[in-house]
Order: sequence, then C-alpha cells, then structure tokens
Amino acid sequence: MESNVQTAKVLPTKGKKRRKKFIGSEAFYGYLFVSPMVIGFLLVMLFPLVYSIYMSLTDWQLLGDPNFIGSENYQRLVNDPDFWVVLKNTLIFAAGLVPINILMALLLALLLQKNLPGIGFFRTAIFIPVMTSIVVWSIIWKYMFGTEEGFINQILAVIGIDGPAWLYDPDLAMGAVIVVSALKNVGLNMVLFLAALQQVDKNLYEASYLDGANRLKQFTNVTLPMITPTVFLTLILTVIGSMKVFGQIYVMTNGGPGNTTKVLVYYIWENAFKLFDFGYASAIALVLFVIILFFTIIQWSARKRWVFHEE
Amino acid sequence: MKNKKKSGIFTKLSFYGVLTLISLIMIVPLLWMINTSFKDSTKVFVFQFIPNPFKWENYLQVLESTPFHLFYFNSFYIAILVTAGTIFLGSLAGYAFAKLTFKGSSFLFLCLLSTMMIPVEVITIPLFLFMRDLGLINTHVPLIAIPILGPAGVFGVFVMRQFFLLVPKELEEAAKLDGCSYFRIYWNIMLPLAKPAVATLTIFTFLTSWNEFYEPLIYINSKELMTLPVALALFTDEVGTKWELLMSASVMATVPLLIVFFFAQKQFIEGVAMTGGK
Repeated sequence: MESNVQTAKVLPTKGKKRRKKFIGSEAFYGYLFVSPMVIGFLLVMLFPLVYSIYMSLTDWQLLGDPNFIGSENYQRLVNDPDFWVVLKNTLIFAAGLVPINILMALLLALLLQKNLPGIGFFRTAIFIPVMTSIVVWSIIWKYMFGTEEGFINQILAVIGIDGPAWLYDPDLAMGAVIVVSALKNVGLNMVLFLAALQQVDKNLYEASYLDGANRLKQFTNVTLPMITPTVFLTLILTVIGSMKVFGQIYVMTNGGPGNTTKVLVYYIWENAFKLFDFGYASAIALVLFVIILFFTIIQWSARKRWVFHEE
Repeated sequence: MKNKKKSGIFTKLSFYGVLTLISLIMIVPLLWMINTSFKDSTKVFVFQFIPNPFKWENYLQVLESTPFHLFYFNSFYIAILVTAGTIFLGSLAGYAFAKLTFKGSSFLFLCLLSTMMIPVEVITIPLFLFMRDLGLINTHVPLIAIPILGPAGVFGVFVMRQFFLLVPKELEEAAKLDGCSYFRIYWNIMLPLAKPAVATLTIFTFLTSWNEFYEPLIYINSKELMTLPVALALFTDEVGTKWELLMSASVMATVPLLIVFFFAQKQFIEGVAMTGGK
C-alpha cells in the first residue's frame, strides 16, 4: 500500500520512459520486498491502534450498534474503584518483580562469567524456565504452593514452620506470583548481562589492578559503569514486561483472592472477553498503552545517550 | 599466605553453594512435575523418589479424556507456519532495508520499529472485532497472521536487517554483474549467508509461538482447535485437583520441546544475547 503511494510520487516527474525503468529497478524491488510487512503494519498495528482510540469513546458491546459517548468511559474509569486497585496491583507486581529479577540476574551473571568447571550445567539449569511455557510453569508452582500438603509447606514443616495457604491468602498471593514470575525469567536477563560483561575491555581490569584497585573497587569503578547501559535497558524491558503480566495470574490465582492479584491486562481481558464491554475495555487498554509508551520513550532516549557503548 | 588460600576455598564453596541452590530452585519444580505425573492419585502429596505404584496409566488417561494429539498438532503446525512466515517475510524485508536503496526506506523502517512498543494486548480488542467481521473467530488464521505481521514479525525484520548490514557489499556487486535479479541475490546469496541469524530467529519465533497464551485464549472456543497452553489452562479448571493428570499433561506439553531446545540452547542463548531479548 505504502509502496504504491511512494511510486506514484516518483512517477509523474519522470515520465513514461522512466516508468519502464522503475519496474525492475532497485527501488521497485525495495518496495516490493518490504510491502508485506508494511501492509501488515497498517492492517495489524496502526489501524487497530487508531480504531481502539475510537472504540474507547463508544459504548461498544458484543451486540447492538455502538454509540459515541465521548469521554464517558474515561470518567467511569476514574470513578471505578476496581480500576485503581488493578492499577495499584500492577505497580506492586512491577515493584516486586523488577528488583528481584534484576539483582538476581546480575548476581548470577557475575558468578557465571568465569569459566569454572560445572558452569555450563548451572547456566542451562537457570535458563530452562525461560524455555518453559508460562502456563506450565504456573501450573507446577500452583501445585507446589498447594495448601497444607503442598511441596513448599511440606519442606517448611521439616524445619518446623506451619506454612500458610499461599495462594489463598490476600497478603501472600501477590508475593507468591511475583517470586514465580521472577524465577521464570531471571535466566533471560542473566544472559543479557553475561553478554554485556563479556564485552568489557579486559585491559581496563588490568589497568585498575595496576592502580591498586581491589575486587570491590574494580566492580564499582570498572564493571558497573561499563554494563550500566545494558542494566538500564534490561530494567526498562523488564518493567514493560511486568506491566503486561497475564498468564501466571490467569493460571495461579484468577485475580484472587478477592481482587488482590488482579492486574491491568487481566482486567482488560475480563472486561473485553468475559463481559464484552469493548468500549470500556478499550479505554483501560489505552491507559496501559500510555504507561508502556512512557517507559519506551525513556528507553529510547537512554539508548540514544549511550549509543557509543553499543557498537 | 595460608589465610589467602583458606579464603579461596571459602569463596569457591559459597560460589558453588549459591549456584547449586538457585539451580535447584529452577529444576526441582520440573522434576517434581515428572515425578508426580507417575503417581497414584492418593499419593500426589507424598514424597516418593520413585512413585509407588508407578502409574504410567496417567498418561493414557489424559490421552483418552482429551484430544491431546490435536492440541499437539495445532500448536506444532501453527508454530511452524508462524516461524516460516516470519523468517521469509522478515528476511526479505530485512534484506531490502539493509541493502536496497529506495526513497523513504528509513522512514518505513522507523514506522515498523515503532510498532514494537504497541502491546498486543492493546490492539487485540479491535483485531478481535475485525476477525469476527471476517468470520475468522475460532479459526487458526488470527493465530498465524497476527504474529507474522505484528510486533513479533517486526522483531524478525529488525534481527535480519542487523545481520544483513554486516554482509560486505562486494558479494552482491559480483552477483549483480552476473545479471542476477534482486530476488535471486536474496534467495541464493543473502539467505544462505544468514544461516546463523535464521537459526536464532527460528528458535526464538517457534518457542514464542509454541508458548503463546493470550491470543489463542481469545480467538479459540472449540476444544479441538486449541493449542497446548490454552488446553492446559482449561484442563486445570476441568480436573481441578487431579494433580497427577495435570502433571502428565504438562510433561507431554513441555518435555519433548525442552529436549530439542536442550541441544539448541547454545544458539538460543547466543540469540537472546545478540538480539537484546526484544
């Protein structure tokens, strides 16, 4: 689609003779080769995004004609106590998951960067959950959290602790989901950090060693500044990912107990595909979009600033 | 001197201690899953290294009570098509963006890239209605088309473009002099060169599609059309606390693929590192 527009712009000035030349020219193949993805971009991404803005201004239901209702959905949103709970839960999830995930991944990367015997085994073990489906991972953990008889509580019983009903306790369910999610993806960030650590110039360590720096000083003065861009970008990606959490909530808690683990995407899904309140769901979805846009802009501006580190 | 040696051993011990502990946390759930999948329903909360009685019949029971082979087939063929589509369209567009000069190419590339920040969850509602109008709800079409053309596909374009940028120009110049068409250059020269990038993207795309949960949950209603993750989630609601059956189903859904990726993990890990994890 886009390619035709571009073609049309070029053609009139160049005349018929040139037209023959355009067919089969480098530019022609350029447009041809990118056209499926560009058409896809228009149909699957841009148009739906614009359309969802329109939908958020209507009272669109499963059946019946939608009516334009202006900002009513957004007013409803502001006055919807559930929405604020859901937003809070999403932020709690992110606030719990991101530090655990990043710090653990950093620690693991630092431990695994040396080629000591057995390193391969540990790397594989920590990476296995990344390759497992979130549904399977959550089912297993739901079973392990169990109630009184679950694997985890049995282990706690051995050391004399009477374990709680993790996923049915409003104070603990979110914590359990956070830990399960952090374990699932810590291997991914670990690999990213490992790659960044491997790119740190070895001469810098030597130089700092000659300057009399000890291990800790080397870490804070050489390693940390060199991998900061990667850590920061990974952090933002992890934040964005945690805003979109859904599968583990769906499988492990269904948003419960009460509303304590209900997060944004779950609320969108519930409103759109359980209650078929498409207009209202679109308004919530756009809130999610704005949040993610905000973090993406931070990420991009940071990437620009650190571009000299990357290539 | 002696002191230094002592602290060396201590460092090593704590080093292996921490790693072993974390690795166990990662692996034990999967071993526990396999273990439970062979247990008797009355023993699912009992520690048994080798389940007694050893009930491999659990697997038969899952296969008999659900169309598990269909879930498997659906997941498999959808992942294959998504992967093939992503590789083909992604490398074609990636080649054009990296090697061909045409007006507005960097603008178009930027447009594509910007979509990677649009969460699929946000555009799913309008897409669902379009698919409904096209009569494509409860078919596999959305599960195949949307990933290829959406953000996941754009990610493929990005990865392939980055790779092709590194290919020296001389290679295609020679082919051009020989009178090769651009498609021939792409197909016969560029694509074979891109094997490492293609391998990485294949693993990444296949795994993402295989594990995809949100879209199949929304688009598929009939049981026989479901993919493994959705079927498993539904199975959880159905059998409730029959953990031994749930674990058998989970093993069947997970372990074969884990074995395949165990052998390809080097590419996968390198791929993740190279592509920055998206």
